[in-house]
Amino acid sequence: MESSKVIHAFYNDDEILMDAVKAVKAEHHHIEEVFCPFPVHGLDKAMGLAPTRLAITAFMYGITGLAVAIWMTNYMMIQDWPQDIGGKPNFTWWANMPAFVPIMFELTVFFAAHLMVITFYMRSRLWPFKEAENPDPRTTDDHFLMEIPVHNNEAELTALLETTGAVEINVVDKH
Amino acid sequence: MSHYEAPIREPLVLGDKSYHDITEDIAKPIEGKANKNWYMAFYISLAAMLWGFGCIFYTVGTGIGVWGLSKNIGWAWDITNFVWWVGIGHAGTLISAVLLLFRQKWRMAINRSAEAMTIFAVFQAGLFPIIHMGRPWNGYWVLPIPNQFGSLWVNFNSPLLWDVFAISTYLSVSLVFWWTGLLPDFAMIRDRAVKPFQKKIYALLSFGWSGRAKDWQRFEEVSLVLAGLATPLVLSVHTIVSMDFATSINPGWHSTIFPPYFVAGAIFSGFAMVQTLLGIMRKVTNMEEYITRLHVEYMNIVIILTGGIVAVAYATEFFIAWYTGSPYENYTYLSVGAATGPYAWAFYSLLFFNILTPQLLWFKKIRRSFIWSFIISIFINIGMWFERFDIIAIVLSKGHLPSTWWRFEPTFVDVGIFIGTIGFFFVLFLLYARTFPVIAQAEVKTILKSSGEFYKKRREQGIPTKPAIKVAKKEGKSDKKDKE
Repeated sequence: MESSKVIHAFYNDDEILMDAVKAVKAEHHHIEEVFCPFPVHGLDKAMGLAPTRLAITAFMYGITGLAVAIWMTNYMMIQDWPQDIGGKPNFTWWANMPAFVPIMFELTVFFAAHLMVITFYMRSRLWPFKEAENPDPRTTDDHFLMEIPVHNNEAELTALLETTGAVEINVVDKH
Repeated sequence: MSHYEAPIREPLVLGDKSYHDITEDIAKPIEGKANKNWYMAFYISLAAMLWGFGCIFYTVGTGIGVWGLSKNIGWAWDITNFVWWVGIGHAGTLISAVLLLFRQKWRMAINRSAEAMTIFAVFQAGLFPIIHMGRPWNGYWVLPIPNQFGSLWVNFNSPLLWDVFAISTYLSVSLVFWWTGLLPDFAMIRDRAVKPFQKKIYALLSFGWSGRAKDWQRFEEVSLVLAGLATPLVLSVHTIVSMDFATSINPGWHSTIFPPYFVAGAIFSGFAMVQTLLGIMRKVTNMEEYITRLHVEYMNIVIILTGGIVAVAYATEFFIAWYTGSPYENYTYLSVGAATGPYAWAFYSLLFFNILTPQLLWFKKIRRSFIWSFIISIFINIGMWFERFDIIAIVLSKGHLPSTWWRFEPTFVDVGIFIGTIGFFFVLFLLYARTFPVIAQAEVKTILKSSGEFYKKRREQGIPTKPAIKVAKKEGKSDKKDKE
């Protein structure tokens, strides 16, 4: 842990940024982070980010919701206090099941959607009163910022980034 | 970098816009001051809302007897309004979910406001069943929670309870879908804000969104999965609302056609309300270059399609009512009995507003006209209200015995609560239009190069969308690819 210097390279076009990311990757430099004002398709692959597994979690949460719905309808309508409602069969959960399909569907969606979004917020560290971490306010407007850690190769990196069309290059000390 | 789009397609973003211009345009209504018209509209809505709240307090304080209900007509104006508002609440999530799955880029200019409309409309819808309970403080009895009445649970066999689950799921999922999409846009406002208080508020609302590449990757995945979940959810909500009627044994309600027909009607009315609101909003907030004639035309095409489905359903209902030969069926809301009975005016209003008027949209001139679209959309809103009123009041006004024949006449309280919800809706929407980014600017930026007028023109002239790089010294690293 000698120094934690990083280079902040600014770009003002998504296509130029993509080429720049590829160029930096081709030179085997580590890209710490890229801040974008809008999603740039293919950027995650170019940076070498692993695919997100949020869709898988949504599936598991959905299964959980379905299980909760089945347990709840069974416990409340069949086990705990069975009632004759419009003559609908309630000897077994299965016999009464068609009336529970809407509940099962809704709870599946409810669990999948909310728990996935909560997972996303937690993983991406988003919640009320969370301080924003983009180093420059322009990155939510029209600038893209590439952050590259410096390991005694400041001059080399700056030269490389200049050729990729960065509109501004700053070396900053990240504590 | 962006996807290819055929040059023959009309641009979705007009004018010579850069990414920064989009930021400026979307932030302007928030950073600027409201004009006189806004305040006028706001105070009128506020007055209507307060009047409605007064009527609600009167209802709750005195009892449901202050409404025009009777021993036979136990549902009328209130449930009409409930279904009407829920129906309006269908367009938003349809636009952001179904159109996302179908990769319809034009949704990006309208999804934010349509979803806001959805959420505000579902608020209004939710009020009616709660007021109709008569004792709204006992509203929590609809939740499956352990209670003090022994272990008496809610009834999962009842479509009314399915409704509770469907609408609360729909409202809450729409809300998080909307909010997640808002985070980057709130962050944009936050990073521009100069007033410290404004900055604080938008920092809070944006949940600290920073726009990392990983965040965007997750954001897109979450949007896609939410769209996949919300698509069947949208369809399920009005299906279940229709089951409130369809699972009963009233002639005219006991109809298997109801679920698809209600869903089509909901989308029909939802898009009409989007047309109405955006017709005003694009002017007031200067979004003419984002919500264009093309957007209006696309929405009108959806209106023709769903309006057509609704018209076919009406014809089917009318035919079946006649074809059964049953005297009871002859008093359903679409029957010879209805067309000649005391509610004939409501019957013909329905046909006029909902079947005849939308046919004008077959003409391209009308379909692409802002003012005509606006007028027709208001007609459809009225027509869809009559549809629900006809289904409920006409059917209930003719029971199986002549002694149960009764006419529904609304009282001022019925009308007052309805006007109050319209006021409440507009209060929320007007506040939204002043404080929220009304267009999903981060998403619009992604289609600027493929669908923006400026870039489309450049591409036609053979100029690449990627600007040339200005570099002092070259190291032979030229850009390899020139995109179409």
